[in-house]
Amino acid sequence: MTEQKVIEVKDLVKKFGSFVANDHLTFDVYKGEIFGFLGANGAGKTTAIRIFCGLSRLTSGKVTVAGIDAARSPEEIKKRIGYMSQRFSLYEDLTVSENIELYGGIYGMRMKEIITRTEQLLERLDFTQYRDMLIRSLPLGLRQKLAFAVAVFHDPEIVFLDEPTSGVDPITRRQFWEMIYETASHGITVFVTTHYMDEAEYCDRVTIMNEGKIVALDTPAALRQTFGTSSVEELFVKITRPKTETE
Amino acid sequence: MKRFMAFVKKEFLHIFRDYRTLIILFGLPAVQILVFGYAVRTDISNAGIAVLDLSHDEITTDITNKLESSGFFRIVYSLHSNNEIDAAFKEGIIKEVVIFPEDFGSDLTREGSASVSIIADGSEPNSANLVSSYTTAILSEYSAGLTKNISATMPVIRSEVRMYFNPNLKSQFMFVPGVITLILILVCALMTSVTIAREKEFGTMEVLLVSPLRPWQIILGKVAPYFFLSVINVITILLMAWFVFELPIQGSLALLMAECMLYILLSLSIGILISASVSNMQAAMFISMLGMMLPSLLLSGFIFPIENMPKIYDYVSAVLPPRWFINIIRGIMVKGAGFEIIWKETLILFAMTIFFLVLGSKKFKVRLSQEEK
Repeated sequence: MTEQKVIEVKDLVKKFGSFVANDHLTFDVYKGEIFGFLGANGAGKTTAIRIFCGLSRLTSGKVTVAGIDAARSPEEIKKRIGYMSQRFSLYEDLTVSENIELYGGIYGMRMKEIITRTEQLLERLDFTQYRDMLIRSLPLGLRQKLAFAVAVFHDPEIVFLDEPTSGVDPITRRQFWEMIYETASHGITVFVTTHYMDEAEYCDRVTIMNEGKIVALDTPAALRQTFGTSSVEELFVKITRPKTETE
Repeated sequence: MKRFMAFVKKEFLHIFRDYRTLIILFGLPAVQILVFGYAVRTDISNAGIAVLDLSHDEITTDITNKLESSGFFRIVYSLHSNNEIDAAFKEGIIKEVVIFPEDFGSDLTREGSASVSIIADGSEPNSANLVSSYTTAILSEYSAGLTKNISATMPVIRSEVRMYFNPNLKSQFMFVPGVITLILILVCALMTSVTIAREKEFGTMEVLLVSPLRPWQIILGKVAPYFFLSVINVITILLMAWFVFELPIQGSLALLMAECMLYILLSLSIGILISASVSNMQAAMFISMLGMMLPSLLLSGFIFPIENMPKIYDYVSAVLPPRWFINIIRGIMVKGAGFEIIWKETLILFAMTIFFLVLGSKKFKVRLSQEEK
């Protein structure tokens, strides 16, 4: 059951002029997996994520997301995925329930379904008392939790999280990761980019990108073992700066 | 379609939740109409004047009564000597002094001609001009009547000015079309550019782009509410003009509305273009205000006639949509012009709309791919 591939990437190349942002990426992501995507700024993470989300076209190679060819029908992909960016993405002047309704509507859910699922969601998050409050008046941690809940509200096959926890306090981050685990346990694949190395340890598998290439891909434990480091952070430093760190 | 409606609904929520937007949308037109309609007037009524009558005869009394009963003037002072003129002006209540010299009446009856001095307050050149020409008009009308009674053989030179289309020279005839022109470009260009820029600034645009909504649906969803509200705005302004200023619409109402919709569409596409070129609300606001509002106000012929401007401004104003629209709307409202008269302006606006739409959507796409980094 974990062997079902939801993202298949083969020889993905993306060029901007002569600059190669993604250089022959190849990997698979399995259903229900929490897949970490690590890399320094400019390593090509965002470029890749934009291709997987159907926002940007690949130069060559083959990318399949939720069984759909990204080069051929990127618009179809959009219907099956959820997305949450590092920048805050709810409307501040709308209430909690209005935001949920909006995203449900945009993703083509029926009104009836939206209403019943909103109730369930508010209860699960313990948000019932905030239902008619404007997002503006909620503390950042709650907003972030809600933003994630909204991103998976329409039951996507995969949810892409682009540095979702940047600028969030440690307690909220902790809670946020609990939500990610819960989501993954329902069979939704979580594709997450981060630059917090401790978060990499929470992922099922981790990819480390450097200068447009994948330099490592495995479970955090296996990576530590292969590279002989005690944490992913140490490992990251080691492989992204090979010339200065080794020998 | 359902996705689209959910999006449009959200847009309406934004508008109705933000009192500033509502004020600009509905408060501003009302205030502008009232301000321009009542405060900024180029016609006069009840202007304070003073009369210095040194002749004191039947004719001067008659003329004075005529001035007062015309409705244009209100005689505040009756002066008794030249020395009092300066003080009277300094008080600022009167706009002019009408002076009948000694023996005015006897000169007129004996020699058939006599002169009146009119001194107007030149510190306000516009109203001085108006007041003095109104006075002259009343005087010549009076003298015309007089000559008819005395002798029919006396040659009379008189000029009769009649204002075509706007017989009472009501300034509302000029301002209502101007306000519609201005309000529409403000509401449409400014509001759409700001609302789209806002999505970019808050990062919600990214989420919308990842959603199944197509880019054109996003843009359309953003502008649709403003189109709708602008049409309501036009209707409101026209109703106000009708009830408050009794300004009739001479031409076809359907044609007027159709032209307004074209103009709204044009303004919206300018707004889209602006928002595609900037990344935050401040810049959008700045460009719309400075780039659109001011030129529209000054160069469209709304306040200052284009014919009186140096040629260079004439060319500059030719690229401004308001200049053409103001001709259209004045033509329809005041002159009762039909499509056969305003087709040229309509065509220009139409071409501009296409131009801005194409340019805007191109820019929008370029912008999206640039954000890939």
